[in-house]
Amino acid sequence: MIPELGNFSLILACCLASLMAIIPMAGAVNNNQLWMSLARPLSSGIWVFMLLSFACLAYAFLNDDFSVNYVANNSNSLLPTRYKFTGVWGGHEGSLLLWVLILASWSYAVSLFSRNLPLDILARVLSVMGIITSGFLMFMLLTSNPFERSLLNTPVDGRDLNPLLQDFGLIVHPPFLYMGYVGFSVAFAFAIAALLSGRLDAAWARWTRPWTNAAWAFLSVGIALGSWWAYYELGWGGWWFWDPTENVAFMPWLVGTALIHSLAVTEKRGVFKSWTVLLAIAAFSLSLLGAFIVRSGVLTSVHAFAVDPARGMVLLALMLLVIGSSLFLYALRAPVVKSTTSYTLTSREVMLLINNIILVVSTAAVLLGTIYPLLHEAVYGEANRVSIGPPYFNIIFLPLMGLLALVLGVGSFSRWKNTSIAYLKQQLLKVFVASVALGIIIPLIGTGGFNLGAVTAMILSLWIVLSIIKDMINKTANKSTRWKGLKALSLSYYGMQMAHLGMAVIILGVCLTTQYSVERDVRLMPGESEIIGRYEFVFEGVTAEQGPNYEADRATVTVMKNGENYLSLRPEKRFYFATRALQTEAAIDVGLFRDLFTALGDERGDGSWVIRIHLKPFVFWIWMGAFLMAFGGVVAITDKRYRIKKVIVSKPETVNVNETGKLAGEVS
Amino acid sequence: MSRLLFIIFTVLCMNHLKAAIEVYQFDFSEQEERFHQLSDQLRCPMCLNSNLSGSDAPIAADLRAEIYEQIIDGRTNDEIIDFMTQRYGDFINYRPPLNQGTVLLWFGPLVLLLVGLLIVWRMAISNQAVDQARSLTAEEQKKLEKILTGKK
Amino acid sequence: MNQRMKLFIPGVFFILMLGLLLFGLGRNPNQVPSALVDRPLPQFNLPDLNQDMGSMSSSDLQGSISIINFWATWCPPCHIEHPYLVEISERESDVRFIGVNYKDDLAEARLFLKEKGSPFEQVIIDLDGSLGIDFGVAGAPETFIVDSFGTIRYRHVGIINHQIWADTFEPIIARLK
Repeated sequence: MIPELGNFSLILACCLASLMAIIPMAGAVNNNQLWMSLARPLSSGIWVFMLLSFACLAYAFLNDDFSVNYVANNSNSLLPTRYKFTGVWGGHEGSLLLWVLILASWSYAVSLFSRNLPLDILARVLSVMGIITSGFLMFMLLTSNPFERSLLNTPVDGRDLNPLLQDFGLIVHPPFLYMGYVGFSVAFAFAIAALLSGRLDAAWARWTRPWTNAAWAFLSVGIALGSWWAYYELGWGGWWFWDPTENVAFMPWLVGTALIHSLAVTEKRGVFKSWTVLLAIAAFSLSLLGAFIVRSGVLTSVHAFAVDPARGMVLLALMLLVIGSSLFLYALRAPVVKSTTSYTLTSREVMLLINNIILVVSTAAVLLGTIYPLLHEAVYGEANRVSIGPPYFNIIFLPLMGLLALVLGVGSFSRWKNTSIAYLKQQLLKVFVASVALGIIIPLIGTGGFNLGAVTAMILSLWIVLSIIKDMINKTANKSTRWKGLKALSLSYYGMQMAHLGMAVIILGVCLTTQYSVERDVRLMPGESEIIGRYEFVFEGVTAEQGPNYEADRATVTVMKNGENYLSLRPEKRFYFATRALQTEAAIDVGLFRDLFTALGDERGDGSWVIRIHLKPFVFWIWMGAFLMAFGGVVAITDKRYRIKKVIVSKPETVNVNETGKLAGEVS
Repeated sequence: MSRLLFIIFTVLCMNHLKAAIEVYQFDFSEQEERFHQLSDQLRCPMCLNSNLSGSDAPIAADLRAEIYEQIIDGRTNDEIIDFMTQRYGDFINYRPPLNQGTVLLWFGPLVLLLVGLLIVWRMAISNQAVDQARSLTAEEQKKLEKILTGKK
Repeated sequence: MNQRMKLFIPGVFFILMLGLLLFGLGRNPNQVPSALVDRPLPQFNLPDLNQDMGSMSSSDLQGSISIINFWATWCPPCHIEHPYLVEISERESDVRFIGVNYKDDLAEARLFLKEKGSPFEQVIIDLDGSLGIDFGVAGAPETFIVDSFGTIRYRHVGIINHQIWADTFEPIIARLK
């Protein structure tokens, strides 16, 4: 009964979404207030029914209702309860349900927090969201219904959730990722609404900014969690493989980053409107491309869902409809008038434009590398397949990021309209000298050797950090005390600098880990040890452990530091009953300056075991940087600029107080 | 058929969940470094998308052993990659060779970057000519405030 | 170019990419191509599974069309494929069926052929899988068509049944004749 209720509310949500796609838009065209005002109640209705539908699926999971095919394929009666719940989004159908639920939540959030939006704009925005929602709901109902049942041949037990997904990482990673992916639909909807209404102006940019920041912050966290999860769950000690699934999450992030910067210019200076609106369309289009690539199986990936060309066709049609029509609209309606605002080559406008060029080229490179195997096959045939992997992406991508870091430093000191070259020189010279000098000296002191990669990373990071500090000194110089000066700086300024600091932290993390990691696969008898740096890893032995739905060999590795007992690590090798899969569970001691990573291999005939031991300096900084970025994005939303200070209550419904601010509070 | 193949591949690659951990003895750390580099750069011919070092498929283990022996025999990286691509095609190499078919791949981003920077350069130069600096007029500013506060 | 026309560039680019993705939908990205098609057989000289038969070298394969099948008793699909191969080999008298016992337990392999019948004229032993690497094999079963000059003409990954034999193998063999 409950699964039918879920299915029914899914259908209802689809109907409501179709109404929301049509009625408010028609109202905006005919200037019909009533039709337009239906947007809000419709969006809340969709949200309620999606939530109900999701709850029904969760109920089916928690109660082991294996008559529901999706539950039978992704759960098992032995599965721990928390994984039964997260199993809801462990497969294609359920994760799509989560996708649409999140889409509905964003629509609902727009209707809640945009009381100060003109009704016609809100109606258009929600209509666009309605088009996307109804499209995805139809896709779900037609090809991937999670509530499909086999009542006659109900399996006795489920096939169990993929062991890789039985982990805390899965609980949090997909929701965050989808919040980010799908969140760009808001910026997209605002862009389409602006194109339709012809009001592509500074107000549009200001409305779009908090939503873009929010989606971008979620996506940053989502990607970081995914990479962290791969790092500790896959047992190979890597954190990024440039797999298509990773790339399709990364591309919207890169374009979203460009969009955030471009929106700043459009809001403050009213220029580059066509470019900004294109970025808004592109960010969400890349999210849709991601959904297509992950769910259609056109590209080989480790984490993709099962291959089904039929789903791919429907998704392709959906993309053609949504992206194709919006790009057509863009070509027809985007402004082409040359802006009369002036800026010089050294202005902040141009610096941000260069930032955009670098980010867009990076995205293009990632896109090219991701779909190039297809392109190559289309031209040269199946027999001459190529593979494009980490070596390619690293060679192309890392220099671009280096360049971005350099421009970031210059950009910090640039001013709108024009910055005198003499001023830039005066500001940058000290920063440059200091970062080069410190960048060479610090690794030399730290390791006693010279390493080009580490020095480059150090210089770039210092370049960013010192520019931030210098800029803050400049900005607070006129106040009576530094503290007053710091308090006078806006929250959006702090948000920006936090995100920039995040970039410096990531650069350091990525490069230092790559350069200084020590990786050993060793064969040890119980009692034997391996020494890496200051740490001695003593292998104590292996015991058999019993888990709820698996059994495991668990090793105990005692780590000695300077001859003293320091800590114990317990890597496992698990055998899951239902899927009959072996899985490595790495044991990691996370530290600010180094991670100690151990994973257990096979037993050798003589009683010895193969153990992987890694010492990974600064690896934690990669994720720390990503979280700093996300936090910066959130802080920027709380800026009072996005709140309306004084509100004259003309209508009862416009009781808006700090709506966007509230949203930001909930986000953080 | 493609479905069946997919199923077969999945079954064979189930092991992928288990990290491939082996012990090889090297005479020099330089050899060990090259071993890691090569098994990172070469693709497991059987699994979905993983390199030799990240795959626990039997063929990946065989190929790692092959790499190890060839390194000990004193072959260079290029010779080993040649050996592999002769048998498994360019498919096995995660770093595609530069040839007619990959020119776009290797140089596309660079060309795009230069074109982008050129456009920015030209825009800025032509814009500098518009010397009259103009930001929002007072009237426009008012209009903006109005829109933002939602007043009609 | 007209300013307005430039705005169509993203749309055109998008349509091109959509076409590429449509093309991609029809393919199986997991099938690995063979680099050895239209190249001569790798050189080998390996012992026969049947100890009395001595050994076999790559030059022995010239003169007639051969099917080289990599199999092992540890590989479940090989068990599915085996009865089909037996039937097909009985029917196709002018094609030589050569088995390569791939990284297998030899005693078990002998027992397997004794119980289930052998489709192969000869079975050579690739104990450590090095012939497999020379053939660019990723696993078992895999089957190669070699022409009478000792050139590899086709590689098939996965099991063979009557349908696959009729659809892909027969046309190629007919052409080679």
